[in-house]
Amino acid sequence: MSPSAEPKMTKAIVTVMPKAGVLDPQGKAIGHALGTLGFGGVGEVRTGKIIELELAETDPAKARALAEEMARKLLANTVIESFRVELA
Amino acid sequence: MNAVILLFPGTNRERDMAIALEKATGRKPAILFHQETALPPGTDLVVLPGGFSHGDYLRCGAMAARSPIMPAVQDFAARGGHILGVCNGFQILAEAGLLPGALLRNASLRFLSMDCHLRVERTDTPFTSRWQQGEVFRAPMAHGDGNYFADDATLERLEKDGRVAFRYVTPGGEVTEAANRNGARNNIAGIVSENRRILGMMPHPEDLVDPLMGGTDGLPLFESIADTFAAA
Repeated sequence: MSPSAEPKMTKAIVTVMPKAGVLDPQGKAIGHALGTLGFGGVGEVRTGKIIELELAETDPAKARALAEEMARKLLANTVIESFRVELA
Repeated sequence: MNAVILLFPGTNRERDMAIALEKATGRKPAILFHQETALPPGTDLVVLPGGFSHGDYLRCGAMAARSPIMPAVQDFAARGGHILGVCNGFQILAEAGLLPGALLRNASLRFLSMDCHLRVERTDTPFTSRWQQGEVFRAPMAHGDGNYFADDATLERLEKDGRVAFRYVTPGGEVTEAANRNGARNNIAGIVSENRRILGMMPHPEDLVDPLMGGTDGLPLFESIADTFAAA
């Protein structure tokens, strides 16, 4: 393999979810609609969001730390949301 | 009194806010764009009006709370400056950490556009001195994310310190679940900072300041502000 001139990117996937105890009316509405469609046995439904980031940082530990800092500063509101970072 | 209204992309209540402030104080407020990095010298009051800043992307107020003007607003707050945030402005103040808690999606998932009734919970603030304790007034509300949330410990502290400025009530002044249309914890419609110089509220007092608007129920808030600075 010849070395590529393109800088390598790391993909970080940030999952943001409402914290336990924070009302999630969207999740409730989805659960209700699933019941209407005849799906039984569905317990609590929670909705969140997934944010994919392309980072120009190839060191996995640094990329993870960077994505976590981004999550704390903007992507999640830690008053109401928790987050987790995975590298793809 | 020098008031400055902040304008973010998607803000749409700045003109009503300017009318209300001018009516009560006799001074036209300045309007400042979010990309500025300093407040005009001599600013007495910073106002964050309602709207849908940055299209409510990510979370309501999340982008605006991180815009270039906000470090100057944080400094202003740290120096004891007076700040009023209404609707999206309240969401921005919460996102910026200038007020505790957060505004969640309305419990009904419906956008609520209607009048509500608010009870004045304390009158010893720069924003509420023209009312009587426990007085009820009418205010329009128009929001999709006005469901005030704070964790148990924060809520307890807010209540203990008397930092709830307004609560959703019936026209007779009763705190009921039915009067709490967006599902806010403890029927909270507005809170103040520890030094009571920052007020965030969801309903729109600036939309009822003239008989032509259908009433003047919201005017005491702006007259209270005028008194605060006239006395200073």
